[in-house]
Amino acid sequence: MEFLSDIASLINSTLRISTPLVFAAMAGIFAERSGVIDFSLEGKMLMAAFVAAVGSYFLGNPWLGLLLAIIACISLSMLHGFASVTYKGDQVVSCVAINILIIGLTTALAAAWFGQAGLTPTLNEDQRFLEVNLPFAESLRDVPIIGTIYSDILSGHYIFVYLAYLSVPLVFWVVFKTSFGLRLRAVGENPSAVDTAGINVFAMRYKALAINGVLIAFAGAHLSTAVNANFFREMSAGRGYLALAAMIFGKWHPKTALVACLLFGFTDALQIRLQGVELPAIGEIPVQLIQAIPYVLTVVLLAGFVGKAIAPNAIGQPYIKER
Amino acid sequence: MVSPILELTNINKSFGHVHANKNINLTINKGTIHGIIGENGAGKSTLMSIVFGLYQANSGTIKVNGKEINLRSPKDSIINGIGMVHQHFMLVENFTVLENIILGFEGELVFGKNLEKAKKDLKDLCETYKLNIDLNSTISDLSVGFRQRVEILKSLYRGAEILILDEPTGVLTPQEVDELFKILRSLKEEGKTIVLITHKLIEIMDLTSEVSVMRQGEMVGHTKTKNTSKEQLAEMMVGRSVLLRLDKSEVKAGEVLFSVKNLTVKDDLDVTRVKSVDLEIRSGEILGLAGVTGNGQTELLEALSGIRKVESGEIYLEGKKVSDSQNFLDPRELKDKGLAHVPEDRQRMGLVTDFKAYENLIFGYHDQQPFSKLSVLNHRDIISHSQKIMEEYDVRPQSPNLITSNFSGGNQQKIILSRELNENPKVLLVGQPTRGVDIGAIEFIHQRLIDMRDRGAAILLVSVELDEVLSLSDRIVVMFDGKIVGEKDNKNVTDRELGLLMAGVV
Repeated sequence: MEFLSDIASLINSTLRISTPLVFAAMAGIFAERSGVIDFSLEGKMLMAAFVAAVGSYFLGNPWLGLLLAIIACISLSMLHGFASVTYKGDQVVSCVAINILIIGLTTALAAAWFGQAGLTPTLNEDQRFLEVNLPFAESLRDVPIIGTIYSDILSGHYIFVYLAYLSVPLVFWVVFKTSFGLRLRAVGENPSAVDTAGINVFAMRYKALAINGVLIAFAGAHLSTAVNANFFREMSAGRGYLALAAMIFGKWHPKTALVACLLFGFTDALQIRLQGVELPAIGEIPVQLIQAIPYVLTVVLLAGFVGKAIAPNAIGQPYIKER
Repeated sequence: MVSPILELTNINKSFGHVHANKNINLTINKGTIHGIIGENGAGKSTLMSIVFGLYQANSGTIKVNGKEINLRSPKDSIINGIGMVHQHFMLVENFTVLENIILGFEGELVFGKNLEKAKKDLKDLCETYKLNIDLNSTISDLSVGFRQRVEILKSLYRGAEILILDEPTGVLTPQEVDELFKILRSLKEEGKTIVLITHKLIEIMDLTSEVSVMRQGEMVGHTKTKNTSKEQLAEMMVGRSVLLRLDKSEVKAGEVLFSVKNLTVKDDLDVTRVKSVDLEIRSGEILGLAGVTGNGQTELLEALSGIRKVESGEIYLEGKKVSDSQNFLDPRELKDKGLAHVPEDRQRMGLVTDFKAYENLIFGYHDQQPFSKLSVLNHRDIISHSQKIMEEYDVRPQSPNLITSNFSGGNQQKIILSRELNENPKVLLVGQPTRGVDIGAIEFIHQRLIDMRDRGAAILLVSVELDEVLSLSDRIVVMFDGKIVGEKDNKNVTDRELGLLMAGVV
């Protein structure tokens, strides 16, 4: 029985840990499917975390914090678009600039407003998102199997966890079943074909970036106003890059990207679970080694298995109409 | 009863300092096939891109069916019944035919009813014009000829009454050209108007009823096709009289200078592109290698010139083995042994386009006397050499200090050719010598290659231009899917026979 509850808690944490990755990967799919590289998921996630925490602290409502985070992330996406779509700058450079800017900006603003470098005040219960208990979770808890799955694994998460997993079929639907999705995929493959079909290439890319901004804001808000009750320095901790890797591993496809996110989330959950645990025959594994698991896995997966992942054809290339 | 469907008045367009279209006037009548002919860079494609709304004219007016219209984007043109099949197809390769065609004209936010209607409409169109396209196939699985049909179908679906085709036959085999012309004629029967942009005189004579000639951004003449001739049109295009047929002496082939045995080559993706090829080229002959682009010619040329590794088989120069899968000479060593190479892609491999002309003129020979001594370049001698050679090869403008990318395609090619021929190589490998080169320069380049041959060099000519292979070569081999599928003596072969070989039919 203890083994079963161990598994349940491992799956439970996998779902929670994967949440920001899923949002970020979905955000990445929109940008990159439109032909714009998005390395700045990391910076935007960090910005969202900061704005959501600060907004919620001043306005007293986490939803308003989330709204401000969305606005901030859309603005950053537009900045990226302005530099790399309108002015045809190097997309990677633009992203790196955003990432560096945000690390400094969040630390400096926190210092200026709250007197602590890179730290915002702790939010009280009204100012943050709380865990959501699904209906009948308590009464079903004792039913075997179903009770474990429903009450221990599915219930009791933050709202963002549910939204993240709902976003995947939604993204799939938008990208593959709507005319917007068709144009989005086309503009990332062959912008000239889109232009000659009478569609504005630049407008399409800006629209994709706007959606990207909305999705990534959720990832940041999840970090600072749900699982944590404040913002701290560099709290995104490479999740943006990890999500980008998951998206590439998932071949720019929402379903497979979700699988990759869950895999990364799982190794992280496992890593936390294994710390300090005596394994039979091996003994206690050093913490550093365990903590390295997700990163080693990333490198192995990216180097070994994604050899055939084919990126959108026009990715990274600014669209130039006249010679 | 003829009525104009498209009228252009005083169209001007500049790109930076280049005045691509100067005061262009053009009237196209409804239900005709109208040819627009001119050399590369004459401004034909620019003009038609303006009509299609892709570029905006600096001044001038455009009327469709007598009504003046303002074209800000392709959308405006499409609404006004103008469709265009571009030289480089505007298709998304990993989309299906259907997805490509409905792109931008989905008619609904979420795919459903309209998609079914579109399928039905497209099937009807396919039947009317006998296009024979499977709507569910993916573009990347289709041959070039079929991709072009998809482009035509796309324009028709979007309601085109005027269909512009930009150099539509450049990538097709003769059989595919026949098919295309059949389709175009049936479009005309149905009352559509067709504008054919080309630099091939024979197509104009074959297909069009009216023809307009452009030269250096200007419209220099309009005429009914039946009132003109190829010679007359060529003269209008170039601005002087041109020799369309080459004078070539009988072949006096000597000993074998260059041979290839059982050669197999792989590309960067590890796909075998050249499969067990045997070739022999004798002194004093030109061996033409014909084939549709992408059948292994590029990899073969790269392997022969030492750029690409040989997978198996051997290469012999003057009877001595120079390369096999174990030991091979690099391009420089081959060059020292008398093998020169004019690469297919001159801007990527033949030149450093950001360099000045004189730098490119000695590149590869820059470390030899008199160009350099003890690794220091001798500027004065290089410049005087460059001036001499630019005069000899008629490179225009004759300024060694000009950046290479500022020369036209033909003159860039002359720079490479002069550099390679100046060393009097024993074996010359030439890839696409006249791609994107104007008629006047083609004539000059061809004459130079013939001169080389008469002096006893062995020449391998790789070209996708069938006319070029036919007019220059003494013997012709055809490459299909990496293999040599046929060899013909130039005296008794027709372009039809070669076309069948190129398509892999025989």
